[in-house]
Amino acid sequence: MDPLYIKNSSLIDLYDKIKSGERAGFEDGLRLFHSNDLLMIGKIADHLRRERNGKDTYFTLNQHINPTNICRNSCLFCAFYRKEGQQGGYRLSLDQIRRKLLDRIQEDIHEIHIVGGLDDGLPYDYYIDVIRLVREIRPKAHIKAYTAVEIAYLAERSGKSWGSVLDELIDAGLNTMPGGGAEMFSSRVKRKLFMDKLTAEEWLKIHALAHERGVHTNATMLYGHIETYEERVMHLLRLREAQDQSGGFLAYIPLAFHPENTKLHKLPKATGFDDLKNIAIGRIILDNFPHIKAYWVMLGKKMAQIALSFGADDIDGSVVEEKIYHMAGSDSEQMLTRKQLIGLITESGFIPVERDALYNSVNREVA
Amino acid sequence: MNARLNQIEQKILKKERISAQEGLVLFNNADLLTLGFLSNFVRTALHPHRRVTYIIDRNINYTNICVAQCDFCAFYKKVGSPEGYVLKKDQIARKIEETIALGGTQILMQGGLNPALKIEFFEDLFRFIRNQYPTIRIHSLSPAEITYVAKISRLTLEQTLIRLKEAGLASIPGGGAEILVDEVRRKLNANKTTTSQWLEVMETAHHLGMKTTATMMFGHIETLEDRIEHLVRIRNLQDKTGGFTAFIPWTYQPNNTKLGGEKASAFDYLRTLAISRLMLDNVPNIQVSWVTMGAKIAQVGLQFGGNDFGSLMIEENVVAAAGAGFRLSLDEIKRQITDAGYEPHQRDMEYNLLN
Repeated sequence: MDPLYIKNSSLIDLYDKIKSGERAGFEDGLRLFHSNDLLMIGKIADHLRRERNGKDTYFTLNQHINPTNICRNSCLFCAFYRKEGQQGGYRLSLDQIRRKLLDRIQEDIHEIHIVGGLDDGLPYDYYIDVIRLVREIRPKAHIKAYTAVEIAYLAERSGKSWGSVLDELIDAGLNTMPGGGAEMFSSRVKRKLFMDKLTAEEWLKIHALAHERGVHTNATMLYGHIETYEERVMHLLRLREAQDQSGGFLAYIPLAFHPENTKLHKLPKATGFDDLKNIAIGRIILDNFPHIKAYWVMLGKKMAQIALSFGADDIDGSVVEEKIYHMAGSDSEQMLTRKQLIGLITESGFIPVERDALYNSVNREVA
Repeated sequence: MNARLNQIEQKILKKERISAQEGLVLFNNADLLTLGFLSNFVRTALHPHRRVTYIIDRNINYTNICVAQCDFCAFYKKVGSPEGYVLKKDQIARKIEETIALGGTQILMQGGLNPALKIEFFEDLFRFIRNQYPTIRIHSLSPAEITYVAKISRLTLEQTLIRLKEAGLASIPGGGAEILVDEVRRKLNANKTTTSQWLEVMETAHHLGMKTTATMMFGHIETLEDRIEHLVRIRNLQDKTGGFTAFIPWTYQPNNTKLGGEKASAFDYLRTLAISRLMLDNVPNIQVSWVTMGAKIAQVGLQFGGNDFGSLMIEENVVAAAGAGFRLSLDEIKRQITDAGYEPHQRDMEYNLLN
């Protein structure tokens, strides 16, 4: 028996539909984005989250390496990239990367996350060598590296196929791929904001190739710029379709656009309502994705904690030296300790599970 | 436990008052979304329209010299400190003129317990403001300051309030309530007023026809029981007088304070906001605190019992000294409200709509 406040909700039919196991369609997704019944949207998402993950809430201890911020692309929403010779541009040597890894070698890091720019000044082999180096220094850590955009770039640079580049990277030690670079699948948005990047089809194809090779990947959506609700829902539905085919996606991560220091700085920041709707509606539409991540570096720890009650079951990790979002004005801390992460999760009534990159539980006794 | 929660939920949905015990059961056991639904139910019953209000006013901290020296405060300076100040009349006048230029309707003057400032100082200042800026409402002096002014001016509380009111004081902000449990106040070294002194100022003011607000500063050393006790004390007085227009729970800001510690989480904030709405069935308005929680959580707070976005706060120094760094423009406040599906309306202290 649903209480009055549920029964009287304008979304009650959708709640019943989802509870009966039916999938949300395009119109349902639109209705959810247009609705201001935030609590009810949360309730539907929370229902699905509990069905799939119970109270388990994942976190990990990871290290981010951004090897270069020199990028031949000039995406309007990005505050991270620099051009060759421009102030603030950097390119880490393999030795510098080695030092960064060794600096934290005592820590029980499960995952090394590597993404950077499309740097014409670096040889193709550098990108492969970075992976090999990490594998050498951290033989047990999971290496999550290079977005689909970087894979396509490396293929272009080397004249190799996407598949061969992936094979070489896997051979060097790559385990999984991050979900970045998906941005917004709409070709309208792409023309306006990230001309040089991959089309939706290309991005999805590269992920499918990874999945074929047993490499799990994540998926993202960049929201809060010029996109429409229709475009958001289409993006989610395309991800769901791809997942139906391959089953290779681990987590979906909605990313709020941070306008500061980008060419779109006049756009307002995403609101709290929009952040929570994106988490919740992601959970509702992507019923075949095992995990929905509230990436605290982007959301801030306050919103990330609240997102756990709105469908998210992963809060990501203790991230050291995250540059991409912080250069765009994210005011979140650079790091949360294991204790703080566990505290955020436990306080919200969920069960913290320290995970590796494949969501296997590790360090049960510590948690 | 579920049966117990259900029973309390039914009471709320029948618009019955819940007891302190029941409030505590909810606080300890109800999940976040349930507290949201229940508080939103009560909020919607009290405010069926889709309005969210805000006020344009300015905090003017006329002095930072304070003898109270509370452990949770990062603003005060001791008597004789080279950093101590008392604002001059022309400085205050300039701040008021800036406030009027920004569409402001009110000033909130709060400072410290400064032994040099007796009642004549305030009478003179309020008269000056009333004569110079008749459209500006003087919503000023927390109960701690009023108690202290009465003491050093050798007046009764009532005499003090009558004289301040005659000089132009229109209403009293609810600051300095902290947690209205004496044991907690002692531990915080909040020696400025006892619980009963704080309540007495408000009761006297209400009897004189002055409206006031009430606050709660939480997330330091208090227990959930203490928070509930605080809410019950406000509710009891409101039953007697009806003089509170709004309640504002906000989180302790630990930076640069003697007490130190961590900031309360967003989870704790939203729950406390919701519990405030549920317990204070007789206080018409609940404010969200974007100054301490940021715009995002404040906006989400509109689904957890909040129906007012607080003030544009042209100037704020006290929580800023303790690490609350959020700033919002008027357009941004309106956008936050609209984006959540509500209509923004400017209001005055008594919640009359101004647009």
